[in-house]
Parts: sequence; C-alpha cells; structure tokens
Amino acid sequence: MFEKTVTSGDAPLLDIEGLTLRLPDHAAARPILDGVSLRVGRGETVGLVGESGSGKSVACRTVLGLLPQGSRTEGAVRVAETDVLGLGPAGLRGIRRRQVAMVFQDPRASVNPMRRVGDFLTEGLRLLGMSKKQAPARAEELLAEVGIRDPRGALRRFPHQFSGGMLQRVVIAAALAGNPALLLADEPTTALDVTTQAEVVGILRRLQVRHGTGMLFVTHDLELAAAICDRIYVMYAGRIVESQPAAALFEHPRHPYTAGLLASTPRLEADSEPPRAIPGRPVSLAEAPEGCAFAERCAFAVERCRTEVPALVHDGPAAVACLRAEEGILT
Amino acid sequence: MSRSLLRFLLGRVVGLVLVLLVTSFVVFSAVHLAPGDPVSFLMRGRPVTPEARAALTAQYHLDEPFLNQYFMWLGDVLGGDFGRSVQFRQDVGDLVAQKLPITAFLVVYAMVLVTVVGLALGILSALRPGLVDKLVLAWTGTSIAIPSYIAATVLTSVFAVKLGWFPLYGAGEGFTDRLWHLTLPAVALALTFAGLLARVTRSAMLDELSREHVEVARSRGVPEGQVIVRHVLRNALGPIVTVVGTMVAGMLVATSIVETAFSVKGVGSLLVNSVTVKDFPVVQALTLLVVAAFLVANLVVDLLQPLIDPRLALGGDEK
Amino acid sequence: MTASATPLVPGGAPRLPGARRGAPGRIRTLAAQGPLFTAAVVVLALLVLLAVFAPLLAPYDPNAINLKNSLAGSGPDHWLGTDQSGRDILSRLLYGARTGLLGPLAVVGVSTVLGIVMGVVAAWRGGWVDSLLSRSMDLLFAFPAMLLAILCVAVFGTGLTAPVIAMMVAYTPYVGRLVRAIARQEKSRPYIESYRVQGWSGWSICVRHLIPNITPTVLAQSAINFGYALMELAGLSFLGFGVQAPTADWGVMVSEGQGPLLKDVMLPALAPATAIVIAVVAFGIVGEGLADRVAKRER
Repeated sequence: MFEKTVTSGDAPLLDIEGLTLRLPDHAAARPILDGVSLRVGRGETVGLVGESGSGKSVACRTVLGLLPQGSRTEGAVRVAETDVLGLGPAGLRGIRRRQVAMVFQDPRASVNPMRRVGDFLTEGLRLLGMSKKQAPARAEELLAEVGIRDPRGALRRFPHQFSGGMLQRVVIAAALAGNPALLLADEPTTALDVTTQAEVVGILRRLQVRHGTGMLFVTHDLELAAAICDRIYVMYAGRIVESQPAAALFEHPRHPYTAGLLASTPRLEADSEPPRAIPGRPVSLAEAPEGCAFAERCAFAVERCRTEVPALVHDGPAAVACLRAEEGILT
Repeated sequence: MSRSLLRFLLGRVVGLVLVLLVTSFVVFSAVHLAPGDPVSFLMRGRPVTPEARAALTAQYHLDEPFLNQYFMWLGDVLGGDFGRSVQFRQDVGDLVAQKLPITAFLVVYAMVLVTVVGLALGILSALRPGLVDKLVLAWTGTSIAIPSYIAATVLTSVFAVKLGWFPLYGAGEGFTDRLWHLTLPAVALALTFAGLLARVTRSAMLDELSREHVEVARSRGVPEGQVIVRHVLRNALGPIVTVVGTMVAGMLVATSIVETAFSVKGVGSLLVNSVTVKDFPVVQALTLLVVAAFLVANLVVDLLQPLIDPRLALGGDEK
Repeated sequence: MTASATPLVPGGAPRLPGARRGAPGRIRTLAAQGPLFTAAVVVLALLVLLAVFAPLLAPYDPNAINLKNSLAGSGPDHWLGTDQSGRDILSRLLYGARTGLLGPLAVVGVSTVLGIVMGVVAAWRGGWVDSLLSRSMDLLFAFPAMLLAILCVAVFGTGLTAPVIAMMVAYTPYVGRLVRAIARQEKSRPYIESYRVQGWSGWSICVRHLIPNITPTVLAQSAINFGYALMELAGLSFLGFGVQAPTADWGVMVSEGQGPLLKDVMLPALAPATAIVIAVVAFGIVGEGLADRVAKRER
C-alpha cells in the first residue's frame, strides 16, 4: 500500500509537514500541535490514533482549514500540492466542496435538526453546481448507495426520525457526493451502538474502495484502526510518536505508548493476558512537562527522557520518537 | 393533520376561551367592586337623570341577580354590543372600530421597526464579538430602560421642536402622510421592544453558532452567508418568534402612553381618556380587546413552534 | 430535631459562595462582579440616600411656586433650573426619588413574597394544588401589568394605591413561575430527600433549606422587576393615573415638562427622564449581575 504513493509518481494526496498550532491564551500562546507530519496517498487508508486531548481531531480539521478561533500555525498542510493554510475563503470553499470531505463523530450533531435530510444532501449538491431539478434525484441515488431503504421518502424526513447509524449513513452519502479525493473520518463510529459501528465502517470501506478515495481515519481505537488502515500514525500530546504499516505496528509496536495502548485493549482470545491500563491520565501538549510528554506514564523512562524531546526517527516504512527505541526495550 | 395535533389545537382553543371568560367576568364584576352603587359609578361625574338610570339598568341588567347580569351582559358582548360610551354617546363597538385602524397602523409600523432593527442589531452583535458586540449591548441595555414616555419626550424635542422634521401631533390622512405622522410615535413605541428583541436574537444566535452542524456546513464549503441564514438564523427563530409574539399585548398597552404623548386619536389614547372621564363601558371593551390580542398572539406562536422545530411536532414520528 | 444537629447530608445543601460570610467578604464578592456592577450598586445606594435625606439635601421647598422665576435655566441659584411654575427642579427631583422608589419597593416586596409562597407551595405539594396555582398564574400572565393597573385606576380612582396593588398582583406570576421551576428542580435533589428521611417536616425543610437556596435567583429577578415597576409606575403618573400633580414625582415631572418642551426648554422634562433611565439601567445591571453569579455557581 505504501508503494502506491511512490508508484503514482506525483506528490501525496495529503501532506502535512511540520504542523505546529498555537492557541492565543493571554500573553503566552498555548501550543496544541507540535511539528506534526503526516501523509496520505491516493486511495490509501491512514489511521491517526490517540487518546482524547492528543490533538488528533484538531490536526484532522486543519486539513479543511477549520482552525480554532485566533490560532496561529507553522508548517504546511498540502492537499494535492496546495497549501490549505495559505488559502483565502474562496479557495478553502473549493477544497471543501470538491477535494476533501469529512465525516464527524456524532451524526445527530452533524446534521441540522430543523431541516429535512433532503436539504442536507441537496445543499451540498447545489454547491457543486447541480440544478435544483437534478439535485433531488442525485440525492436519492446517494442514499441508495449507502443502503437506506425508501430513499425518496427519506429525503422528506427529518433527522430525528432516523436512528444514529442511519443518520451516519446519510452523512457519509453527503460526504461522498462531490467525489472527493480525500475523506476525513473523525471517530465516525464512536457515537454509535456497537452493532451499527461495524455496518458503518463496512459502508465507509466499500465506498472508499469503489471511488478510490484516500481516507484519514481518526480514532482512539487502535484495534479498529489496525483492521481497516494501511498505515497508522500514533499521536500523543500534540506530537506524532510512532508510525508504521498497520500490521507491523500491531505486531511490533516500537513506542512504549503504542505498546501500552495495545496492552490496555481487552482481547477475546482465551490465552491472552488481561488488559492493563496505562497508569496516569493523558495530557495535552499545553500541560505536558519538558522532555518526552509520555515520560510521566512510561515504565521505561530514564532521566534523559525528562529533559530531552525525542525526535521522530525514520527507519524504512517505520518511524518512532523514543530515546530508547534502539535499545529493544519492548521485546 | 394528525389526531394528536388536532387535540392539541382544540385544547389550546378551549384554554383561550376559558381565559377570555374569566377575563370577561373580572371586567364585568369590576363595576360592582367599585365603591358606591353601580349606576352612580357608571355615571360618575354626571347627574343621574331617571332616564340615564333606566338606560344603564337596562344595559347592565342591574335589576337581575348578579350572575344573571353577567350572563346577559356576556350575551350582549358576544353579539358585539359593549354598551354605549357615556362620554361620546355612541356605541362602544363602533367607537373602537373607528379608532382601531390608527392604532393598528401604529402597532404594525412599530412591529416592523422592532423586527428590522432588533434582528439586525442582534445578528450584528452575535457575529461581531468584541467592540461591535459591546457597543450593541450597551445600546440595547440602555434602550430597554428607556420607557416610551421618555422616548416620546426626547424625540419630540429633537425631531419635532428643534429640527421640525416631523409633526408634533396627530395621525395624518392617507398612507404617506400617516406614515410621516406616526414615525416618531412608532419609534418611541419600538425602542424598548427592539432592544429586547436584539438581546434575545443575540443569545439565540450565539447558542446556534456553537452547534457542530454549523461547523459541518462550513466544512462542506457552504458560503458563510448561507451558513448564517440557513442554519444559524433559521434555527434561532424559535425564541425570536416567541418574544415577538409576547410583545403584541405589551405594545397595545404601551400605545396608551405613546398616543397620549403625541395626541394620536387611537385606541390607546381612547383608553386613557375613558379612564380619566370614567367611561367604563369603553374601558371594559378595550381590556377585553387587549387580553384577546395577547391570547391570539400566544396561540399563533404556539402553532408556529412545531413548524420552526420539527422535533416539537406532535405525532411527528412517521415511522 | 434542632437546628444545631448536624444533618447527615451527602454534600449538604449547596450554598452561594459567600452567603454566610461577613460584610467585607460580601463587598469583595460584589466587586468581583466587575466595575459596571459595582457602579450600578453605588448608583442605587446613592439614590436611596438621596431619597431618604431629601428634606435635608433639597435646596428649596419642592412645591414652592414662584411664577416670576418660571423656566429659569440652570444657574448657581437653581442648578437644574426651574419648571413652568418656577419650582426648583433639583429639589423636586430629590423628593421625587421618594415616590419613585417607594412604589416599586412595595410592588417588588409583596410580589416577591407572594411569588415565593405560590411557587414553593405549587412545587412542593404538586397535584391539584400545583395545577390550580399554575393555571391562575397563567391567567394573570394574560394581563399586562400596565393594563391591570389602568383597569384598577378606572375602578378605584387615581392615586398610587390602586396601581401599586394591581402591579403587586401582576408581577407575582413572574416570580411564582420562576420559583416553581427551580423549586421543582431543587426538590428532586438528594439532600431534600435525606432531610426527609431524618424526619424533618416539609415546612422546616422549605423554610430552612429550599427557600435560602432559591433566594439568589429570585433576588436577581426581583432586581430586574424593580426597574420595570419603576418605569411603569412613573408611566402611570405620566398619564395622570398614579401620583397626582402637584406632588413631586419623576413621572409627573416628565408630564409637566411637556409644555416647556414645546418652547424648546428641555430640562424640566429631561432631568426626571434621565433620573428614571439611570435608575432602571442600574437595576437592570444589578439584576443581570446577580443572575450571572447564580449561573456561575451552577457551573
């Protein structure tokens, strides 16, 4: 999968490079992201995994130019070689309509509750230049594609008349309406019932493959990410701490944090060890101490970890930001 | 229309009728609450001639037991007969009908001002946090505290006396002339209510602006203006419509002050005048009119709410 | 059970921070509300002082007519000038603060107490008592306060008494509905139940715990009501229904100032008008400040 990017010959679809983001908080600007670099190739599925407060959602939203009020950025967020951070309102609207679409966490909150579902879909279609007459027919097709029964009737209904899972299908249908090259999915199944989660992920995958869409899948669920992604980035306190092809990451995590995340997930196999939680609580970059932000919670931390910020070191398709990664501490 | 909606409607209408009945009872029995005998109360300030006494006794059925009096009076009122004005020696219904167009013009004019200015200021301050918001808040905070008689005083002295742009009093003839005559009264009437609407609009807009679906709309490349109109303002309509509805009755009462200050011969000044000269049948009719206006406005607001927010529609789930 | 017994209450009854603190602590919490709030409180305190000490402070008899000195502009003898009858406007303004504040005080005092009683009883008893009280409050809402006051004047005659009584009645549902809503919320909190389990009577729970806990919210509403009552009572006096003409009253003064206004003399009307607006704005700021404080406590 990784080769796809290389063989296609051109630049990656999404290329985040050294992205740093600060919020203005009184005099001293509060950092949220620090030097985040991330790539998604055409048709590739990339996971971005981290606990709440790690900055993964913020990073994801910057791709659409959705920045927190008054924030300042360094680095670049390039979509098909265009730096999103340098775009004006009109340019941003172009990217948002045709190139990048996003599926948010809670479908109930994502769709205006006071407008018909049909309005939600046709609003996007009209922005793509479709006529008032064509849009409803196309909306119907889109709903059929995500497996909604009686799509014509569904267009006339209101969001509260749908279940959460069905509404998330509507949101996915709307996101894919403009045939975007890149789909951002920010915890798209977290707000749903366990049974509908699998269905929604299935639909997302199927459509993504059919349309050849690249996807950045943001989640706190490492196992889910490993199941559907080609590559995974792990984020902690506003920094990327590890990235590897999914299978390799799952088998051989290189960062103690990734290993901790894996160990804290309950397994179904009978002979597996009971889940062990990572001690302490996740911190955001703003409240992180000096040195490695994870040092406080890390079983392998030494004196050096508390003073020195580890750089992300690349090794083939893998990269890890841990001062002791070379020592083979996790094996 | 679903059955539950029908039942809801019916309940509301029955409630409205009940409140009107209680109101009419209060308004009627006020004649008997007043100190002294009803005839001299109704004729206060005038010598009670035997003819007048006979007329009033017939009008108010004063020779009947109390409850019968009420029901007979109510029957008359329902038939549009509110009695005769002591002061104008004219049928009260005709008198009110004659003055109502001016007051209706004034209230509608003021309502248009309130809606346009209130919404504009509210939207502006919600969308421009910082200096603009602070300025608008300061203005609305002050304008809410400016009662109409003070607004009337200041407007008269500046725009009628000093600058002479608008007439001092009267209601004018014909549409344009009337618009010109009623501009200052309408502004005086609108000031407080516009401030109130601006505040309600602002907080409703701020509530809606923070919703995620607004961010989602932006993330889909919907132009900002369209986001504001289709998603923010549209969703903020509930509280806005409610507050506009509750203003109707307050505004009708406030016309009594404004019409008096500007010598506009409408229903409001008629009420003040009738109280002053103890023309009680007119007071009764106007009180019922205002309460009915309040109830109808509230009913309309309640009926509009499910159209604004489909989640409130009764029996709305078609599944 | 005596008051000194330590109640076994999970978390205890939540109280406004500073509710049981001494005066200095109270002043500090008031100042923490922001300079605008502090200024409004100072303005109101000043108003009360001016009203109370009007006889000592007023440079002239407010009713002393001097037709030779009609409509004098402001000067060293008469800071705010004189009105059409040559009466000193400043003196009338000071005396006018008395009726200006006393009327609303009566309205707000009585409507607050009535509202609390109705609201708490409705919330506490529930059932038909609640329906009856709630329906009657709904009914009162149909009468704008001004209308009820005008109706009362029509029946009982002019003067401050009839409108004040009418407005006491008209303002009660505003307090009552608010109290009912928060008392119902408060009633469902665990601390009330645990007092009950300990054998406290409903009456003493209401008086000792429920009412103190809803008081800050009610106080905020009452401050706002005070401003409205002041505005509306002055309006009735302006119409000639409230305080009667030679008496110094802000509403009466605005009305009397209409004549000079046509001669382009503004002070006789503008001075009392400004006083009214300042007082109402100050009450509004205090009310909103108190409401903010309650909202912050809830968070």
